[in-house]
Amino acid sequence: MPISLKMPALSPTMEEGTLAKWLVKEGDEVSSGDLLAEIETDKATMEFEAVDEGTIAKILIAEGTDNVKVGEVIAVIAEEGESAEDAANVVDSDAGAASEPVTAEEPAAPAAAPEPTPAPTPAQPAASGGRVKASPLARRIAGQNGVDLSGITGTGPGGRIIKADVEGKSASTPAPSAAADTSAPAATSAFETTIPHEIEKLSNMRKTIARRLTEAKQTIPHIYLTVDIQLDALLKLRSELNAALAPREIKLSVNDMLIKALAMALTQTPKCNVSFAGDQLISYQRADISVAVSIPNGLITPIIEGADSKSLSAIAVEMKELAGRAKEGKLQPHEYQGGTASISNMGMFGIKQFDAVINPPQGMILAVGAGEKRPHVIDDSLQIATIMSATGSFDHRAIDGADGAQLMKTLKELVENPLGLVA
Amino acid sequence: MANSYDLIVLGSGPGGYVAAIRAAQLGLKTAIVERENLGGICLNWGCIPTKALLRSAEIFHFMQHARDYGLAAEKISADLEAVVKRSRGVAKQLNQGVTHLMKKNKIAVYMGDGKLMGKGKLSVTKDGKTEELTAKDIIIATGARARDLPFAPADGKRIWTYRTAMTPPEMPKKLLVIGSGAIGIEFASFYNDMGCDVTVVEMMDRIVPVEDAEVSAFLEKSLKKQGMTIHISAGLEKLENTGKGVKAAIKGKDGKATSTEFTHAIVAIGIVPNTEDIGLEALGIKTDRGHIVTNGMCQTSAANIYAIGDVTQPPWLAHKASHEGVIAVEAIAGGHPHEMDPLNIPGCTYCHPQIASVGLTEAKAKEAGYELKVGNFPFIGNGKAIALGEAEGFIKTVFDAKTGELLGAHMIGAEVTELIQGYTVGKTLETTEEELGNTVFPHPTLSEMMHESVLSAYGKALHI
Repeated sequence: MPISLKMPALSPTMEEGTLAKWLVKEGDEVSSGDLLAEIETDKATMEFEAVDEGTIAKILIAEGTDNVKVGEVIAVIAEEGESAEDAANVVDSDAGAASEPVTAEEPAAPAAAPEPTPAPTPAQPAASGGRVKASPLARRIAGQNGVDLSGITGTGPGGRIIKADVEGKSASTPAPSAAADTSAPAATSAFETTIPHEIEKLSNMRKTIARRLTEAKQTIPHIYLTVDIQLDALLKLRSELNAALAPREIKLSVNDMLIKALAMALTQTPKCNVSFAGDQLISYQRADISVAVSIPNGLITPIIEGADSKSLSAIAVEMKELAGRAKEGKLQPHEYQGGTASISNMGMFGIKQFDAVINPPQGMILAVGAGEKRPHVIDDSLQIATIMSATGSFDHRAIDGADGAQLMKTLKELVENPLGLVA
Repeated sequence: MANSYDLIVLGSGPGGYVAAIRAAQLGLKTAIVERENLGGICLNWGCIPTKALLRSAEIFHFMQHARDYGLAAEKISADLEAVVKRSRGVAKQLNQGVTHLMKKNKIAVYMGDGKLMGKGKLSVTKDGKTEELTAKDIIIATGARARDLPFAPADGKRIWTYRTAMTPPEMPKKLLVIGSGAIGIEFASFYNDMGCDVTVVEMMDRIVPVEDAEVSAFLEKSLKKQGMTIHISAGLEKLENTGKGVKAAIKGKDGKATSTEFTHAIVAIGIVPNTEDIGLEALGIKTDRGHIVTNGMCQTSAANIYAIGDVTQPPWLAHKASHEGVIAVEAIAGGHPHEMDPLNIPGCTYCHPQIASVGLTEAKAKEAGYELKVGNFPFIGNGKAIALGEAEGFIKTVFDAKTGELLGAHMIGAEVTELIQGYTVGKTLETTEEELGNTVFPHPTLSEMMHESVLSAYGKALHI
C-alpha cells in the first residue's frame, strides 16, 4: 500500500500550517529520519522528518501553500516493490477527497485552555529517530479514528503516547474549516480604503498573537501595580559579576538579573505564582519565566525553567542560546509553551513605563521600563539615582491586589539589595 | 541544626517507611516519627500477621483433607496459641527488618506522638517529653483504625476488632463477623477453617460488595458449602455484650429480627482515618469525611505538606500507600513522577478461596457506558488446578468491545492473589486483547486461565 504523508501537528495547538518548503522532490528515495519539508506553524518553522521509507511518488501540496489543515495528505510515498506511478494513481483516485478541506485534529484544546500543566511531564516529542512510541491501546484508538500518531506529543513514561493523548482527537470532521474559510476572506474583502496601501497576508504567528491577546484582554480582568525601583546597586553588582565572569565569556544583562529576581519573588509570594483554570486554581511550586523576545515577524516567549533555583550565569547562558534560536525560528514547542509568569522589557527603547497583557493561562506578567537617571529623594535630600519603573499585570480572578502588591514589594527589595540574587 | 531535616514522615506504615527509604535514596535528610511499631498496622497488625494465621488455617485444612491426596493424618488438632505465636513471630521478624532498613538508609527514627506545629514544624512527644523538629517538607502517613459500632464498642473480650481477632484470648466457639469486606471475610474464613461456627452479617445485598457480582455470588456459595452462615441485606439491630458472650438481633431480608447468641463478635465495618491531634486544623488542611484530600502528586491543601495511604482517599490498601510514598517523595525531590490510576491498583482478599481483582467490575463498566466483551474461564478447565485439587473458581475479564482495552479482571480461586499482577502490568502498559492473546503462558500453570479468559472474551477459548 502506498503511504499517505499527512500534514503533521507539530505543536499541541497547531490546527493548520504553511508548507514552507519541500526538501525532497517526486522520485526521491527517502528513508526514516530524512528531512522531507519545512513547515511553518503558528509559532515557529519546523522540520518534518520521514517515518517510513520508500520513494516520493507524488507531491500533492505545492510549497508555499498556506492553511494546510493538520491531517491533510500532502504527498504519497511508494513502498519498496510498488511503482511510483501506480502509487500516484492510487492516490489520484482518492485525492479528490483528500484535497477538500479536511480538519485533522479537533483543536485539542483551544490555546486559551491551560496549556502548561502544573509541570508533571516535560513535553517530549514521542517520535525520536522515526519510531513512534505509543501504547497498543493508543495505537488502536488512533487507527480507529484516523489520527496520525507522529503529530502527537506523548505524556507517558519517556514521551510514550498513551490512551489519554489520543482520546478525543478525530481525523476527518470537515465542517469547521468551511466556516473558518468563509469568515476570513469576508473580513479582508470588507476592508476598503482609498488611502494608498499594501496588503500583507497574516502569518500564522501573527494570527496566533492576535487571537491570544484578544482572548487575554477580553477574558482576564487585569489589575496593574507599578513600583519605582532604584537600580544602582544592581548595576554595580552586575559590573562586578561581569568582570569576574569575563574569563568564562559570560555577560549578564540587567534582564537576566530581573528574570531571576522575578522568579525568586514569585516563589516567595506563591499566591502570585498561579493559573486560574475555571473552577480550579493551580499553584506552581517552581517559577518558570517566559521571556518575551522580539523576532523579525512577531514575538515569542522562550522559557527559563525553574529560574528561581538557577544561578545568574546559568540564566544568562540559557537566555542567550534560547534567544538565538528563537530568532532563527528553531525553538521546540516545549521551549516556549508553558511558563508560570512572563517578563517583558522595553527599557532598550527608552519606554518609561507600560502595562503588559497577561499571557494566559499564566497569572501575571512583569513590564519593565528603562533604567534612567531621575531626581530621587534619598534620606530626605534630593539626589540623582538610576530608577526603573516596573509594572505587574495580574489576573485579578486569581490574585488579590494585596498579594500582587506583596510580589512587587518583594521584587523591589530583591533588586535594590541584589546580593540576595546570588546568595 | 540537629533536629532540622529536608523531610519528616509522620507514621511508619507501608506508606511512610517506603517514602522515607525513597527520600534517603534521593539524598534527602530524612526523619520518621512513629508512635507504636515501625512498619505500622500492615506488618505488625494487618496484612502480614493475618497471612501467617491464614497459612496455618490452610495447612490445617490440607491435613483434614489428606485422604483426598492419598495420605493419612491421624489425630490432627489446632493449637490456637501456637498458631498466634507463629504469626507474632512473623510480625516481629519484619518489624526488625524495617528497623534495619531505617538504619541502613540513615533515617532518623523518633518514637512518640507527632504533631504538626505550623509550616515545616513538628513536635514529637514521648512520656511527657517533647522534642521540636523542623523540615522543608512533611508527609502525613498516619493511617487509619477500625471503625467501632456506636452502640456496642469493642472491649477486646467478647467484642473484637481486627487486633484482638489476631491475638485472640481464646478460641471462639460461635463467632459473629459484622461486615464482609476484605478484613471481615478473611477472619471469617480463618476461624471457619480453624473449626469455629461462623456467621457473617452484611448490610449490602452481597458479600465482598466492592468485587464483581459474580465473584460475590461464587464466594457466598463456597463459604456456605464450608459450613458458614451468611446473612446478606441484613441489619444488625442490637448487639448486647453479656460478659459471657454477645446477643445479636439480626434483621433479615424479610424485615424480621431474630435474636441469636454468639460467644464472640468481630467488628469489621470499615475504617476511620487517624487525623485527630496531629495538628491538621491549625494548618487548614482540607479533609473529606475525615480523610485528607490530596492531588495526583499527594499534595494537601497546605504548601509543603503531603499525605499518603489510608489517611487519604480510597482505596485503602498497603500497596497504594507505598506507591503514593514514592510519588510524593519524587515530587518533593523535583522529579516528574506519574500519577497513579486508581483503576490500575489491584486488590486481594485472602479468604478461602482467594479473591483478586483490578479495574472496573462488569456492572461498573456498563454503568460507565462501555460496550463490553466479557470472558470467563473456570478452574475446572485447567490441568494444574485439577492436579492441585483446587478445581474451584474462575477468572473473568472485561474488555471495551470498541477498543480492546482491558477494563477489569476478577478472579476467585487458589493462588489468584499471585496471578493478578499479570493483568495489572497489562493494564498499566495499556495492552489490548491482542497482545494478551499473543502472550505465551507457561504450561502447566494456573496462569493459563488468564490467557483462556481473554480468548474467551473474543470467542476463542480453547479448553472449554
